[in-house]
Amino acid sequence: MTDTAAPLIALRDVFKIYGSGESEVRALDGVDLDIRTGEFVAVMGPSGSGKSTCMNVLGCLDRPTRGRYLFRGVDLAGASLDQLALVRRHYLGFVFQGFNLLARTTALENVELPLVYRGVPTVERRRLAAKALADVGLGGRELHTPAELSGGQQQRVAIARAMVSEPSLLLADEPTGNLDTARKHEIMRLLRALNDERKITIVVVTHESDVADFASRTILFRDGRIERDERRGAPS
Amino acid sequence: MLTSTLGMALREIRRNVLRSVLTTLGIVIGVAAVIMLVTLGQGATDKVTGDIAKMGVNMLTVVPGAERRGGASVGAAPLTLDDARAIRQEIPSVATVAPSAGRGLLVVSANQNWSTTVTGCTNDYLSVRDLRLAVGRSFNEAEAQGGSPACVLGPTVRSKLFGQGDPLDASIRVGKVACRVIGVTEAKGQNTFGMDQDDFVLMPLTTFQRRILGSRDVGAISMSASTETAIPKVKTQLAALMRARRKLPEGAPDDFSVRDMKEISETLSSVTGALTALLGAVAAVSLVVGGIGIMNIMLVSVTERTREIGIRLAIGARAYEVLLQFLVEAVMLSLFGGVLGMMLGLVGSYAAGRALSFPFRVLPEVVVIAFAFSFLVGVGFGFFPARRAARMNPIDALRHE
Repeated sequence: MTDTAAPLIALRDVFKIYGSGESEVRALDGVDLDIRTGEFVAVMGPSGSGKSTCMNVLGCLDRPTRGRYLFRGVDLAGASLDQLALVRRHYLGFVFQGFNLLARTTALENVELPLVYRGVPTVERRRLAAKALADVGLGGRELHTPAELSGGQQQRVAIARAMVSEPSLLLADEPTGNLDTARKHEIMRLLRALNDERKITIVVVTHESDVADFASRTILFRDGRIERDERRGAPS
Repeated sequence: MLTSTLGMALREIRRNVLRSVLTTLGIVIGVAAVIMLVTLGQGATDKVTGDIAKMGVNMLTVVPGAERRGGASVGAAPLTLDDARAIRQEIPSVATVAPSAGRGLLVVSANQNWSTTVTGCTNDYLSVRDLRLAVGRSFNEAEAQGGSPACVLGPTVRSKLFGQGDPLDASIRVGKVACRVIGVTEAKGQNTFGMDQDDFVLMPLTTFQRRILGSRDVGAISMSASTETAIPKVKTQLAALMRARRKLPEGAPDDFSVRDMKEISETLSSVTGALTALLGAVAAVSLVVGGIGIMNIMLVSVTERTREIGIRLAIGARAYEVLLQFLVEAVMLSLFGGVLGMMLGLVGSYAAGRALSFPFRVLPEVVVIAFAFSFLVGVGFGFFPARRAARMNPIDALRHE
């Protein structure tokens, strides 16, 4: 690649080791990975291959045992838990398999949550959250609680929540795992559109190849290592 | 951030109203108990002090005999009217001197009789004892000098002998002496010890000595000091005077004793005060128990909301922000209980105070302390569950089912 711009994310020889001695498990076994701004990456691999661990490290939810993690050129390997929390707050958005919305809390309030921690004033918060909900096609459902929404709609709320703070990186861990095929493709088209139109960098962990097909780059993990790294077409 | 934390806590409490109310019940009861006991204790103290003031606050009484309480002991010479005169002349800070003598006797009206205490005294006795006449008059000069026998009744004796009838100018028999009723005093009711303060008959001392006692003895000399501050001085002067008059050699113990109402009042106040503090401390234990209740529910709540905590952490909440959220929730629960308990305690002590006819006086510091205590209980017992929430690992918390 001739791209000279610094990557958004760079993993350098990253290890994540659980246990020690005989029972040592290398969830990540020397991973090198660059992700540039605007990429749409699908991370695949069988269970236990290290893809979820890699996701947790990328999401600043977990710290590597060894190696360097450069986020926007800053090494986060030695960062404190609070510093990682602040990175999550200001630069990252999460979408989970189980939606992970606050129960008995309206869609609007769920979407507002990241802004609460950013200290955005109430009125502004409400406006941004309503807009984010409209962007994912849920305008008019602001006051519905998760129980009153379908699975696909709940995942859209979760995407709105991840997007409301305009993150540099959106991490989605099996975002379609709990959805039927139609909903699955709907969610993936939504992510695709966010990547196309807003140039949001997206990393999706999945074990389904039809989900991975929406991405422009596929990384395959096996036994804690990257086995394959393919790009399709020009990254948009 | 703080307002949204408060808002979140409030919503969480409202979300489960029944549980919140039950959780705070311990604090409610604890705070109510502390406030009720302390307020009632204060009421009791006020009542004791008030009752003693009714007996005459600046009053001192000298009685023969060394024993502090329980009247004359064997062998001590009785007091005399000369002693009273000497006190009046030689102790300048004494305002009024009232010698008296008493005996339990049967009093008989036309168709009723009643056993009571008959006291021979002068008009000064009325002012020293803070007795006021409801009807009639006190003794005139002729009666005081030992003329025709007259008597003043306490309200109890009056109603026992005359019921609703008019006692004035009626003739009653006191022991063996026929006597004309010239007045009735105002009712004072029972004192702190449950003694009826209205059950007596007063008659002039000279008459009493001559017709009933058959001697010139005086049982007690009451006096009022001119001011409250003069009491200690009067006491020492009185003791010196009595020793001189009774010709006690140096080093011999007093064969008389001086009672001082203020002293008694202070002793009683300190006893009721100590009792109040003790009861308050026992009640404070229930506050701690209430705190444990809050801790228990907060621990359950933290476990229940593990996923929520995971979401918040993933979204970028720092550990102390999660800690703060749960701590604020616990403190709000506790304060909510404190306010409820305070209202309950005040209403309860008002009602109980009325039933016991104690004066109702709220000590502001008790209210403040109860409030502060419920705040501290919230912080103290909320901290452990909150810390548990804050220390969660976001990955595990998100995976929690």
